[in-house]
Amino acid sequence: MELLFAITLGVLTTSGLYLMLRGRTFPVVLGITLITYAVNLFLFAMGRLITGAPTIIGPDRDYTDPLPQALVLTAIVISFAMTAFVLVLSIKALSELGNDHVDGADR
Amino acid sequence: MLLALIVALPLLGSLLPVLLDRRGRRLPAFAAALPAAIALLTLLSFTREMQAEQTIIVSYPWLESLGLNLSLRLDGLSFLFALLILGIGLLVILYSRYYLSTEEAMGRFYAYLLVFMSAMLGIVLSENLLLMLVFWEMTSLSSFLLISFWSHRSDSRRGARLALTFTAGGGLALLAGVLLLGHIAGSFELSQVLVSGSTIIQHPLYPLMLILILLGAFTKSAQFPFHFWLPHAMAAPTPVSAYLHSATMVKAGIFLLARLYPTIAGTDWWFYIVSLTGLTTLLLGSAMALFQHDLKGLLAYSTISHLGLITLLFGLDTDMSSVAAIFHTINHATFKASLFMAAGIIDHETGTRDLRRLSGLKRFLPHTALLAIVASLSMAGVPLLNGFLSKEMFLSETLNQGLLGRFNWIIPAVSTLANLLTMAYSVRFIHQTFFGEAPKDLPKHPHEPPFYMRLPVQILVLLCVVVGLFPGQTVSELLAMAARASLGRPLPEYSLEIWHGFNLPLLLSLIALVGGTLVYFFLSRPLFRLYEKLPDAEARDVFEGTMQCLVRSAVWFTDRLENGSLQRYLALMLLGVLLITGSALWRLETWTGPVALTPLDPLTSLGLLVLMAAAIMVALSHRHRLQAIIMSSVAGLMVAMLFARFSAPDLSLTQLSVEVVTAVLLVLALFFLPWHTPRESTALRRLRDLALAGGGGALVSVLTYAVLTRPYESISPFFLDNSLPGGGGRNVVNVILVDFRGFDTLGEISVLAITGVAIYAMLEGVTLPRPEKGLGGYSWVRDRHPLMLRVVSTLILPLALLVSVFIFMRGHNLPGGGFIAGLITTAALILQYIASGLRWTTARLPLDFRRLAGFGLLTAGITGLVAPLFGKPFLTSAFTHVEIPLIGDIELASAMLFDLGVYLTVVGSSLLILANLALNGRPQDKERI
Repeated sequence: MELLFAITLGVLTTSGLYLMLRGRTFPVVLGITLITYAVNLFLFAMGRLITGAPTIIGPDRDYTDPLPQALVLTAIVISFAMTAFVLVLSIKALSELGNDHVDGADR
Repeated sequence: MLLALIVALPLLGSLLPVLLDRRGRRLPAFAAALPAAIALLTLLSFTREMQAEQTIIVSYPWLESLGLNLSLRLDGLSFLFALLILGIGLLVILYSRYYLSTEEAMGRFYAYLLVFMSAMLGIVLSENLLLMLVFWEMTSLSSFLLISFWSHRSDSRRGARLALTFTAGGGLALLAGVLLLGHIAGSFELSQVLVSGSTIIQHPLYPLMLILILLGAFTKSAQFPFHFWLPHAMAAPTPVSAYLHSATMVKAGIFLLARLYPTIAGTDWWFYIVSLTGLTTLLLGSAMALFQHDLKGLLAYSTISHLGLITLLFGLDTDMSSVAAIFHTINHATFKASLFMAAGIIDHETGTRDLRRLSGLKRFLPHTALLAIVASLSMAGVPLLNGFLSKEMFLSETLNQGLLGRFNWIIPAVSTLANLLTMAYSVRFIHQTFFGEAPKDLPKHPHEPPFYMRLPVQILVLLCVVVGLFPGQTVSELLAMAARASLGRPLPEYSLEIWHGFNLPLLLSLIALVGGTLVYFFLSRPLFRLYEKLPDAEARDVFEGTMQCLVRSAVWFTDRLENGSLQRYLALMLLGVLLITGSALWRLETWTGPVALTPLDPLTSLGLLVLMAAAIMVALSHRHRLQAIIMSSVAGLMVAMLFARFSAPDLSLTQLSVEVVTAVLLVLALFFLPWHTPRESTALRRLRDLALAGGGGALVSVLTYAVLTRPYESISPFFLDNSLPGGGGRNVVNVILVDFRGFDTLGEISVLAITGVAIYAMLEGVTLPRPEKGLGGYSWVRDRHPLMLRVVSTLILPLALLVSVFIFMRGHNLPGGGFIAGLITTAALILQYIASGLRWTTARLPLDFRRLAGFGLLTAGITGLVAPLFGKPFLTSAFTHVEIPLIGDIELASAMLFDLGVYLTVVGSSLLILANLALNGRPQDKERI
């Protein structure tokens, strides 16, 4: 499972990085979104991949690591804010510069 | 305490002249003299202790962990230097009052001078070496201000820059050297350093440390090959030259040699470096001085040569030579300061300093002429004046060394030659300025300066004569005090007598005096002709050329590296990350760690495969943007599933609701952006990007795999154990968010609120055209708000809100909480906007989302502030159980109030973002949201 999981993160990162290297703003935003998924999953996996052990205190239970989960939960919300910000930035750039190239000019 | 006053008074007093700047000329001068005079009296109050050879140390702790303390030290050596700094400083203050013209900013001048004085006093009175460095840098900076005082003149600015570059550069070397010295000695306090001489000399780092410290001393004291800055610093007003370049700034390096003499001298390294540098500087300075036509230029090179002489004496490394060095320091300060002042008077009265235009001035300036002649004769080392005494000691010391083997004769020979040249330029100075025919067409008609402008010169020249005639009664005690403090051991037997009998030093002296006079009168013409033929290498131009070349190449390099393309920067950064992280991972012996892999289960594998496929599809279809959004949402949903699978229900819920909101956001933004991406990268470019991205992906895979197969320890048992008893909640993730790590969460919702406000601000004034036609060229649907959707969404809203309340309430004990509830509420409200339109919804939901977000933040923050009222740390939570009929046991925790703040902030910020984006292009609605 760990191997497949690691490969998945690699694929997510590859797609994300490739999109981030594109010249137009929208693919870059999508790339950031994909990398966010990869990063959040990576952080989450630092508590290891354990099934059937949610961190709800109860009698005689096994628990996974709650700390990475708490960190990732806020990270998800923050990355939503960041995606929104970058999107609005690209709209602002389009309205100010008249094009949606990351370098600010059509080449 | 009194000691600190000596250093601090001039610094504090530097404000006075500035404040009194507009009150005439006498008041600022008086205000500048006052702190210096008080400091001098304070210093003199220590005379008795100094005579008793006490060392006074006061120390105030400052940054003890770095070894930096505010500790000051007064012993014979620092007493002597402080005396010179304050005494000559006072004379210079008096002199400047008459030198500066009425329209010049006198207050500023005196302020700089006092700051400089304070810095110099700091250097000589520091007990802590790091503290001394601070003052050392302060002298570099304040001397920069003083040299560039006439900042409208280009030569002043360039001269000041040159001086700053050399002295500050040397200061850096000195910093490194002192750090090494402190490291070797184990302390930065002088009293500790001065007694660890033998440890220091034997340390393997000793040569490096010595060279670095000497670099600092040599740049400051204008030793070859760093002497260039001094002649160019002559662009300063003459009082500055008289102060900085006779008694203070250039003597800082000399002071350093004297101060550290017991610890770092006494080795072959020291002897060769210091004595040969001194010897070269001595000869070069005296030779160059002969050919200067500028009066101050002559004095500047003469200063270089005398500094070389003093350095050479330290380099000779005998007890007696150190005594001679300190003696010559005193003498040089007196005659050179007076000469600079005399040169200033000549400049002031005639309007020129060019030796070729001056002549016969003794008719017009008889008093000044007499003073300048006596001072120059002292400089030349003519008997009955103080310069003669130290020069005689110097010559006899050059005969007393023996490290150069059969080349021993070089040092006395070169020294005699330098003395001969000194005599020659002194005679030239006297003869060309004061004798000969009456001067023709001078810019001004010369006459004697005011009495008080001449007074400082008179005092100094008087000192030259008195010391020269009665050394035993005047200077010997001061000299002995200083020399003993410098050497740190009893002094050798010596006598400051004028007549030592007819011996070899006297013969050398006579050769120099007679030879120098002859050279000037008979050989100067052919010598000057020879000098004219020498290639004209102006140090300043070389320096400026080098600087400009450096700047040009930096600009060229920056332009090549940064061509303005963000795409390129990103690729370069990515490459850098790949190389750094890749090389680190490469060194890993094995990627697979000792922890066994968990078996694959079909459902999870399928999910991972779908996630991969979706990610690849996003990349492949990115030119059709709507399609790419759908694919990225698929990926997001799969991520939510994975969270659910791996025991993280909270994350799963959050991801799910965020995904809904994000999808709406992306589509909304796409509405304003182009719907397709043009194909513009070349195949090669795409291949390069794919390689970079693939490399990054591989790194992440390897890293993840390597970590997941290795054992780990967590701090989480603490949270699991304390969640229920300490935080009152069963859902540990939620308790961490609102309680254990509540401060983090507060920060995070702040970021969220800030983003909302930033987006609000950024969209101000943005109007983008709304596309006429939809995707594929179809017209938009007529019915913008379909009836079915409107009815269903209205029905769903109360249910959705109820769900979010439920999720919120149970959050402390079961998956849920403020974040998730907030996102659900957001999604429900957005549905209203989509179904019924902005205007309709806004009319029914008159909420100010900015206020809502702010209110949420306040709620969370104030909840946290309650705890400190009860003496608990910020954000500590309290909880209790309440039994309510019908509903049952309800837990009330203050953390819930905090979570309410989170909820409100999430709702406010998300809606602020989305509603404003939707409003974009419709300014008439703007003021409502």
